[in-house]
Amino acid sequence: MTSVVAPAGALAFPHLKSPGVRRLVYGVVGLSIMLIIWELGTLLLDLNPATRTFTTFGPGPTFRAFPTLIEDGSIYKAVVASGYRMGFGLFIAIAIGIPIGILMGRSKRFREMSNSPFQLLRMISPLAWMPLAVIVYPEWDQAIIFLIAIASVWPIAFATAAGLAKIDPAWFKVARNLGARATHMLTQVMLPAIAFDVLTGIRLALGVAWIVLVPAELLGVTSGLGYAIKDARETLSYSHLTAMVLVIGVIGYFLDSVCVVLIKRYSWHHRGA
Amino acid sequence: MPVRGVRVEIQDLTHRYSARSPLTFEKVNLEARQGEAIAIIGRSGCGKSTLLHILAGLLRPTSGTVKLDDVLVEKPSPRWVMMFQAPHLFPWMRVSQNVGIGLHFAGWNDTKKHERVAEAIDLVNLQEFAENNVQDLSGGQQQRVALARSLVMEPELLLLDEPFSALDAFTRAAMQRDVRSITKRLGINLVIVTHDIDEAVLMADRALIMAGSPGKIYDELEVDLPDPRERQDPAVQAMRARLMEAFHTAAGTPSPDVAGSNGSDEPELEEGESSKPRIEIAGKSAGIGSRK
Ligand SMILES: Nc1ncnc2c1ncn2[C@@H]1O[C@H](COP(=O)(O)OP(=O)(O)OP(=O)(O)O)[C@@H](O)[C@H]1O
Ligand SMILES: [Mg+2]
Repeated sequence: MTSVVAPAGALAFPHLKSPGVRRLVYGVVGLSIMLIIWELGTLLLDLNPATRTFTTFGPGPTFRAFPTLIEDGSIYKAVVASGYRMGFGLFIAIAIGIPIGILMGRSKRFREMSNSPFQLLRMISPLAWMPLAVIVYPEWDQAIIFLIAIASVWPIAFATAAGLAKIDPAWFKVARNLGARATHMLTQVMLPAIAFDVLTGIRLALGVAWIVLVPAELLGVTSGLGYAIKDARETLSYSHLTAMVLVIGVIGYFLDSVCVVLIKRYSWHHRGA
Repeated sequence: MPVRGVRVEIQDLTHRYSARSPLTFEKVNLEARQGEAIAIIGRSGCGKSTLLHILAGLLRPTSGTVKLDDVLVEKPSPRWVMMFQAPHLFPWMRVSQNVGIGLHFAGWNDTKKHERVAEAIDLVNLQEFAENNVQDLSGGQQQRVALARSLVMEPELLLLDEPFSALDAFTRAAMQRDVRSITKRLGINLVIVTHDIDEAVLMADRALIMAGSPGKIYDELEVDLPDPRERQDPAVQAMRARLMEAFHTAAGTPSPDVAGSNGSDEPELEEGESSKPRIEIAGKSAGIGSRK
């Protein structure tokens, strides 16, 4: 057992010694500060008669908008529509990205040949594909799924390749020596060895996909979180707009936290090393 | 664990890595009795590791055969298991999972597996570390996990490729004693490759000297000593001197004056991959061999 040395800050708040409690308390404090700044900004708008109409962007009206938005199902519908596109797009990116990454990691020829085109493709903003996607795909949903997939495939592929680069070849020899078959090599050696890196890649991909999703939904479609924002603006219901923006932030944060938990769960890299 | 042992028969074994590369070694012949412990010593590059990989079925010979009780060694098998210089444990598995991985590959059910794993962990005296992260263990403890991982398969032949060269002197001495007593007690055949003449004298029933390029077996020496073997024992010292001389004769190098050697001046003939020595209490493992 290693002894935990209390960080200097914890001395002032002895009850904050437990890292879990500490993170929670500081998280709540940080969010409260954000709320206060938001509220102060709203008060500033309120001081100037020219901007007074925008005070509905403030935290008060925003939180008051939630009951309506929940009751009429608009949050639920928007989240389901966006979630479907996200999930489908990410699924495609994972299904394509991991094999590409494995190829990059295992075959030197493939890695050298694919490096330039992949780096080039990676640098194209996903939104630059938008007009093309709209022309190619008959349905908006498909176009958006394509955009999410193409945005998130690269972090996954590159992270998978990086994970494979760290594999100790002796692990395969040891496994073979102890009677491992090809499926064992994959499930018992390769996948656990790279799980950490793949999940890190998926976390990055998720961040990119979530950022691409909203602007993609501002065009064409009539459902989803992006559409909900646009719709709120057009109907001048500003409190609904900020409420939806908040929902986007909260869900993004939640999804990222799930990834962090999974990464921790599958990380075998030594804490001290 | 039941007593096992096989007759090992190596016939005219020759190897080269590729058509264009020179012979690694040629015409290696060897017969080992049931349960015999063989040490192979020789300078770096004479093909010892390559030979061991062939015995483990991890490499194919260019010509010649390896047989265990008339079973041809052509691929890896739980019946012949190799242990490497570094532990190469799977860092995402706990100690017990690492030890049980070979049984998992062989499709054992959990109950039987747990039983056998616990037995193997007992053998190497790591009971209290069974559920630890392997990365939290010392080098010596990790190598002991690797030993348990091999022993759990109940191999008839255990192949060791300089398995203790990265360990500090205390831990190494303990491991040498333990591996000999465990394999003797279980009746497992042992082939150990080493740079260390002391190791050969302390662990083997017979020492083979490999030298030259391509490698050949130049000489062999019966290490006819009672157990337990102590480094300071005059009989051990005398055997060490004989082996040292045979080694230098084979290598064609002038034999140093070994008469006055106390066994600690030049235990190694070649520098192995040196790694930072780790301190460990040698007594930790002292009891393994004497366990019933
Ligand atoms: N994968 C390989 N491909 C080609 N040649 C190799 C390969 N591995 C080893 N060799 C060569 O074969 C010869 C024998 O190597 P081997 O590793 O068996 O020697 P060794 O006796 O175990 O040496 P050491 O004591 O340093 O471990 C060396 O000359 C080495 O360069
Ligand atoms: Mg070697």
